[in-house]
Parts: sequence; structure tokens; C-alpha cells
Amino acid sequence: MNTPTNLKYTKNDEWVKVDGNIGTVGITDHAQEQLSDIVYVEIVLSVGDSAKQSEACATLESVKAAAEVYLPVSGKVIEVNEALPDSPEKVNTDPYGDAWMVKLELTDQSELDGLLDAAAYEAQVQEKE
Amino acid sequence: MFIPHTDADREAMLRTVGVSRLEDLFKDVPAAHRFPNLNLPRGLTEMEVKAEMESLALSNETTKDLVCFLGAGAYAHYIPAAVDAILRRGEFYTAYTPYQPEISQGTLQAIFDYQSLVASLTGMEVSNASHYDGATAVAEAVSMAYANFRGKRNKVVLSPSLHPHYRATVQTYNEGTEINLAGAEISPQAGPEALLPLIDDKTALVIVQYPDFFGRIYDYTALAEATHRAGALLAISANPLSLGLLTPPGEFGADIVTGEGQSLGIPLSFGGPYLGLFATRKEYVRKMAGRLVGETIDNRGQRAYVLTLTAREQHIRREKATSNICTNQGLLALAATVYMSLLGKHGLRQVAELCYHKAHYAASQIASLPGFRLWSDAPFFHEFVVRCPQPVAEINDLLLLEGILGGYDLGQDYPELKNHMLIAVTEMNSRDDINLLVETLAEVSND
Repeated sequence: MNTPTNLKYTKNDEWVKVDGNIGTVGITDHAQEQLSDIVYVEIVLSVGDSAKQSEACATLESVKAAAEVYLPVSGKVIEVNEALPDSPEKVNTDPYGDAWMVKLELTDQSELDGLLDAAAYEAQVQEKE
Repeated sequence: MFIPHTDADREAMLRTVGVSRLEDLFKDVPAAHRFPNLNLPRGLTEMEVKAEMESLALSNETTKDLVCFLGAGAYAHYIPAAVDAILRRGEFYTAYTPYQPEISQGTLQAIFDYQSLVASLTGMEVSNASHYDGATAVAEAVSMAYANFRGKRNKVVLSPSLHPHYRATVQTYNEGTEINLAGAEISPQAGPEALLPLIDDKTALVIVQYPDFFGRIYDYTALAEATHRAGALLAISANPLSLGLLTPPGEFGADIVTGEGQSLGIPLSFGGPYLGLFATRKEYVRKMAGRLVGETIDNRGQRAYVLTLTAREQHIRREKATSNICTNQGLLALAATVYMSLLGKHGLRQVAELCYHKAHYAASQIASLPGFRLWSDAPFFHEFVVRCPQPVAEINDLLLLEGILGGYDLGQDYPELKNHMLIAVTEMNSRDDINLLVETLAEVSND
């Protein structure tokens, strides 16, 4: 399991990378492994949308299951990954890079305190297994 | 009747729930109403029941006995005997939802063929395994378009010349939702250009019919372009039989093509069951409601069919499904598949041409009668509107005396079209039938 230490995580296997006031969101390596081959990605938020923590930002379908991706933090969408729906397999091959889903302008930095760091996320995954 | 429970099973179940007799389960029903004496006539023998049912059936008047010029969405066409013969094969007749591909290859292949034929006929990339009927297929198009824009566009423009029942069904489906239906105020006589001012950046879907409810044929290319410029989708509800002759709606740029499949080898049956066609472009395949059968290869490299893209079906993700309907009209889709296969491309064109020419003959004859006038000069397929010198109901009573089932009374749905009759002509109507209609109408015009 690849879990970069510079990201924050949710219990639902999403990550957020914070850069100043901007948060970038995707799903974890562990999540893509559990879902197996991703065949469909739909980003359900658009630029300009204001969305709350835990709101769905994307829908994924793999050969095994369908899943929602929920926002780890609240914010205003400033960019969505338009290229991702055309190459959903990127979620499997590069979950922390090319497979980012949305970028947000954070509205509540304090939400970050409620998220997991890499070690806590890994511990939580192992506990579930 | 097959009842799987033995007396011993039943006793065990009663013991488990803590009652001694089956009757005890109903003790909450007031005693007087629990097991009332029903005042029923004595039981009948099979022979008596059959005689009774046959006499009831005989009081029906059907298109077997009458010459039919009634259409308005359901049409009397010839159904080759082979359709029924294949349909009633036990392998198909008993087949249920083909969830187990290893025992359902025949049914799955039939649905796959159906999808391929519908896609090809409509000029679209993908068809689902069918819906209940033409009306529900249109309503599903609305749900799909709304879901496609994730609720950000909530206006749906309905052409006034979309079948009134289809519009009513869309209305029912969307009762209590945020979807606004527009277009009701437009005159039914208007062409598609009258819809243009209604299409805006809140519009999710524009729906027209082809040929329209009044039989008129329009080129919807400009409408499709305007719809797409506004970022909306265009749905065309088409009569599939007409597509043997007419430009497929896919070529106009339709995003969704629906249709009533009854004209493809399905009997009128007093209004149903019918068949809802639904086809779209590949980019919307995951937003499409209903089942989809795909072709693949099995682990021995053999061609095989399987339900595919079911991740959005209601039994898997109910709350996220575009629609709560995932079933299909398997048997009737099979009937349409057999019908289309038997006729082939040329046969379908031939039937459509016969309908077209006979309808045009009828229209020209009726238009020459004093007091009767064609309502529109737009090109039409096999149905046309006639303004009559008398109320349509009265004329139809007169026609019925001659063994003719007259046209549809448009005043029922369009107050402005009082005394207007919608007349359908198919390959089933001989020249003599048409002449009889014209002669009988002539009696009215002489009044």
C-alpha cells in the first residue's frame, strides 16, 4: 500500500493535498486496489460549485463495483480533472498524481484537523482487514 | 395449483410463531368480517365457463372484423405467422430475467439482436433491452437528461405534437420533482421552429415526435443544432416502422431516440402490452436506464452474451440509479426482433411505402370531398388530420354502421381541434377499404 505522508486522508479512502488555500482531492492507492480495474469516472461537481465536506464529488465504476468519492473538505471548486473520464485507468495507475479529481478553494481549514495522517490511515486500513 | 408446503411444514411454522391454527393468524380482523359467507353463484363447469367467456369475447369489436383507420400511436399492421410461432417456443416463453448467462444464451442473444436492430434502425450507437411502451420510454428520456446534467438543468421542452398520452406520462413521472415542463402553450399546428424560443441554458431536454402525433414529417436538423447550442439534449420519439422509409433520427443529431415498438409485429391487444424503444449515443450509455446485453467471449474463446453495465441498476445502487425501472419487455422485444428479421431492410421499407402511398391516396380522396379539408400541408407518413363538417364522434358512429373503425377525435386532447379527425392508413387497408371510407364520408359531406 502506497500512502504518501504529505497528504491527509479520510476513513472512506479519499486523500486531499493541501497547498496554501487549495486542496486537491482523489482516492487512495488502497481504494483503487480494492475496486480493481476502474472503467468509468464521472466528476459530478463543476467549476464554481460550492460543496460541503462529505458531499460526493465523483462517481467511479470498476469491473467489480460502483462507488462515490466524497469530499474530505468543504470548498469552492476551482478546477475539475476533465481528462480523467477519458482515461479512467489512471485511477489505478496513478491515484495520487494524474487521477486527481477536483481542486477546491478551502472554506474551513479546521476541517483538516479531523482528517487522518498517513500512519493513522494505514493503521485504520489494517484494522479493517 | 402447486403449493410447496406440506401439512407438516405448516404445523411447524405455526408452532414456531406460537399459534395453533392458521385461522388464529387472522384474529385481528373483526369476527364478523373474518370468514363472511359470500353470496356467490354456484360454480361453473369448464364447458360453461368457456361458453360464457366466448360470448363475452364476441361482443368485442376488433380489427379482425372492422376496417380500421384508427391509429394515434397504435397501428393495425400485418403480423407474419412466424412471429407468434417463434414467440411461443417454450425456451423463450418461460425465460425470465437472464441473470445467469450460462443458462440464458438464447434469451440474451435475442435481446442483443434486438438492441442491434433498434440501434441500426434509429441511427443510434446503443439501444437498451427495451422499456414498457413508447410513453414510458419518453419519460425515461426525461429522467436520463435530468440526471445527465445532475439536476442543474430542470427544464424540459415538450412539443405539442408529441403524443398527448406521452406528455401525460412525462407529467406523471415528474410530479413533485423540480422538472419544469414547457411547450404546452404552443399551437399544435406550429412546426419545430416554434420550440426554439423556449430552449435556454436551463433546458435539459427537448422532445419531439417523428412523424409527429399528427403524422407530419419534419427535418429536425436545425432543431438539434439549436438544442445543442444551448447545451441541451434532443430526444425524438419515432415510429420505428416509418424508419424503413424515412431518414433515421440519429442523422438529425438526436441524442436519444425512443419509440413505440407496437408497429413491429405486436398485436393491438386493446392497448397493451406494448414495447418501448430507447436508443442513445455511446457517451450516455451509463446514464441510460434499463438493461443492456453485451457480446463477449467466454473462457473457451466462444462468443457469449451477458448483461453488462448493470452497476447502476436499482438492485445494486438504488439511490444512485437514473431510473427505478430496470426490467424490459423481453417477449415483445423478441416479437419485434423476429418481425424485423423476417422483413429485413427491404421488407420494412416495402411495408412503410405501402402505408405511405395508401395514406396519400386516402388523403387526396377525402380532401376532394366537399366539407372535408386537410389540416396541414406538411409532408406526412401514414397518418393525417382532416377537418370534418360534423363532430368526429357522430361521423364515427356512422362509419361503424359500415363496419369501419373511424379516426381519432383530436378534440379530446386539443380543444382547438374540435371536428378534426386523425386518420391512419396501413398496408392492411385495401383500395376497396379506402374507397368505402371515402364513400361513407361523402354521405356526411352531402348533408
